[in-house]
Amino acid sequence: MSPAMAAFNTFFLHGAYLVAGVTFILGLRDLGSPRTARRGMFLAEFGMLAAIVGTLLHQNIITYEWIFVGLAVGTVIGIPMGFWIPMTAVPQRTALSHAFGALAVSLVGVATFYDAYGMGGHPLSGFERFAIGFEVLLGSLTFTGSLIAAAKLQGTLPGAPITYRGQNVVTISLIAVMAALWAWMVVSPEQTGTFFGLVGLALVFGIALVLPIGAADMPVVIAILNSYGGLAAAATGFALSNNVLIIAGALDGGSGFLLSILMCKAMNRSWGNVLFGAFGKVVASAKKAQVEKTVKSMEAEEVAMLLDLAEHVVIVPGYGMAVSQAQYAVKELTDLLEKRQVDVKFAIHPVAGRMPGHMNVLLAEAGIEYDKLFDMDQINSQFPRTDVAIVIGANDVVNPAAYDDPASPIYGMPILDVHLARSVLVLKRSMAPGFAGIENELFYRDNTSMVFGDAKKSVSGFVTQLKEME
Amino acid sequence: MEELAKQFSAPESLVPMLPILMGLYVFAMAVIIGYLVITRVPPLLHTPLMSATNAISGISLVASIVTAGSDKTLSQVLGTIAVCAATINVVGGFLITDRMLKMFKKKEAK
Repeated sequence: MSPAMAAFNTFFLHGAYLVAGVTFILGLRDLGSPRTARRGMFLAEFGMLAAIVGTLLHQNIITYEWIFVGLAVGTVIGIPMGFWIPMTAVPQRTALSHAFGALAVSLVGVATFYDAYGMGGHPLSGFERFAIGFEVLLGSLTFTGSLIAAAKLQGTLPGAPITYRGQNVVTISLIAVMAALWAWMVVSPEQTGTFFGLVGLALVFGIALVLPIGAADMPVVIAILNSYGGLAAAATGFALSNNVLIIAGALDGGSGFLLSILMCKAMNRSWGNVLFGAFGKVVASAKKAQVEKTVKSMEAEEVAMLLDLAEHVVIVPGYGMAVSQAQYAVKELTDLLEKRQVDVKFAIHPVAGRMPGHMNVLLAEAGIEYDKLFDMDQINSQFPRTDVAIVIGANDVVNPAAYDDPASPIYGMPILDVHLARSVLVLKRSMAPGFAGIENELFYRDNTSMVFGDAKKSVSGFVTQLKEME
Repeated sequence: MEELAKQFSAPESLVPMLPILMGLYVFAMAVIIGYLVITRVPPLLHTPLMSATNAISGISLVASIVTAGSDKTLSQVLGTIAVCAATINVVGGFLITDRMLKMFKKKEAK
């Protein structure tokens, strides 16, 4: 390559990175509204393409065949992961993609480091070593942590927290040793064993971090791993002096961090409590000693009569709706009620489901318009004038113990005020408590009726009965 | 400390620090802009937001490409796996984000 050509390529490369950085920010801005969101993503895709083409002209690239093999194989795997994965599997797919992203970043870090110190290449500056240490540390733990999270969400691993004695001691010691190894590899990088020890330990730490966390806490875990993956990418940017990596990493890391804070707030818990609390294992004994209480249960016919008289209906979906794939039946019920001039709204708790925004995606997939979906803050004031609130597979997010039982583990957590509705229908498989193992006093209230059975079948039953009444 | 004092007594040795400072500068700006932009994304779109940022951070593909294009075997092997993993995220991430966004419809005005 002639010097003039090389200079042109470098110029083009940095121009492409600038375009990419700008389109990423604009693309995320357009996600502010469903109307502009798709346009924004096309913009970001264009920026990504520019960055990739620019990089292929990079002067340090000597061989191309392996690059194209990687691109081809990645595309062949990526297309089905984008097109054919069912929407109910989006949480585990997301966890898996965090694992892939972290893997890529870690491998780049390992290769860069080994090039310099294992192969006698150009040594790295102290700051670059610091950044690479951070990159492989976060990257490796995000890789294994995300794999465990995906396995838990898929059901390959049990969703319940897996805990062992002295777990927090092990966790803290692991952190201390990793910090020491990180410092050591910055100071004396020639001993490459330290570096690989750090990588190995971080891989183990990722597993140790996520195994003890229950599946229902996954909204927070996914968001935190999202954040770690982004920060690892930003660290790569620092190590390689690549601004577009720093920008994309900061956006990804920042977004994951913000989401995890929102999720924690919605559960009234701290980060530390989610990560190290093994929630779901601690069964509250406070409510256990109470006298036997009775619940009312209802059959589809009675439900149809109740809905026949209703004017305002609010539906509260939870993870149970996703499990039984009830969203299409829910759409059918919504259409039928609306045809009868009933006002139907959906109330969505921030931690309903297994990842942020999970319920919204499922309902949108079933064809329910998004202007019917309301956040907790928007809908809570409306429950007092709601005739029927239908809770589908949600439990802890509607538990009034959050208000009035200081002994309850969820005391203080913001909930959907369904208990204020005139009638509450709770669709549930059985009386088994929710993930946190907490009794739900809502079920015993006078205005609550239980509808036992599979959510999809129950909702379809309502539809059939309502149609028969016509 | 002595090291640090020496650096300040010889200001030209601070020059290599400049790229680091530029990196931090870009990082700080991106964090601030990211915060302002992402807080405006409604909870409705939080799942697409996560898949979108995931696809975007697949930009680590550019670093993977350079690694895979090296003439050293180890870098080629690790780089190729990295290119593959990052490409899965870019391709799959943008595809699923668009698939989700297409589903969000508003009731049409009659």
